Amino acid sequence: MSSLLTQEVPISWYLLLSAVLFSLGVAGFLIKRNLITVFMSIELMLNAVNLSFVTFAYQWHAVKGQIFVFFVMMVAAAEAAVGLAIIIAVFRARATLAVDRIDLMKL
Amino acid sequence: MHLILFVVFAGFCLAGAINLLLQSHPINSALSLIVVMTSLAVLYLLLGAEFLAAAQVIVYAGAIMVLFTFVVMLLNAGREERTLGSRTARAVGFPAVVAILGVIATVIVKAQGLGVATLGEGLTNAPGGTNIEQLSRVLFHELLLPFEVTSVLILIAILGAVALASHSGER
Repeated sequence: MSSLLTQEVPISWYLLLSAVLFSLGVAGFLIKRNLITVFMSIELMLNAVNLSFVTFAYQWHAVKGQIFVFFVMMVAAAEAAVGLAIIIAVFRARATLAVDRIDLMKL
Repeated sequence: MHLILFVVFAGFCLAGAINLLLQSHPINSALSLIVVMTSLAVLYLLLGAEFLAAAQVIVYAGAIMVLFTFVVMLLNAGREERTLGSRTARAVGFPAVVAILGVIATVIVKAQGLGVATLGEGLTNAPGGTNIEQLSRVLFHELLLPFEVTSVLILIAILGAVALASHSGER
């Protein structure tokens, strides 16, 4: 059991997890056809980047990395509030959430 | 212990993120995103960021995702439809995403000087005090102005959200 307690995880695994989560977020952003789900994929990407910030803060013993994550969280909260308000306004104007039908500004 | 916790919660993270992509109903995607965010909070704890783990649960898994589920239910969002655009996005998007992932993974694997993470190391028991002590020392001395400016940002975001979502705003 003591060997289990002292086991360690390479920092690169955390960074790889963060990269995979970010890529899944990008994939979701590209293939999802629902406005809300596209927005959720953006949140997933933000979370993935936060994980690599925390990992590097651990690696370099730098508390500023964690503070940056704190600021990202605050900005994400503001962004979610405004973004969802925009989604509600779009839904009220066009009565749809499908990104293919919201093409007023398309060339 | 660290390895087991990492593998379990990284697995939860990946499963939730893949489920977010596969589900066609937005409420299922929202619930799997909550799983991802909560497991990320555990990973933050493993990396010695106790304050951020709590903030992750409260702000992300709590506030933001509640907002998301409210909007999904309010707009009665149904299952999404497959269109021509989604097939093109699928054909072009997946190779692009795999390319991005390949580049980032290569950089990470080849990077020198990345150490290992053990429980209780990092910023948890550093000589400067606990994690929250260190965080607040920097946040309220060095970065006080940015911290206060964020409150203005949040205020403007609240006003903007109310103005955008209100009925009178669109006319």
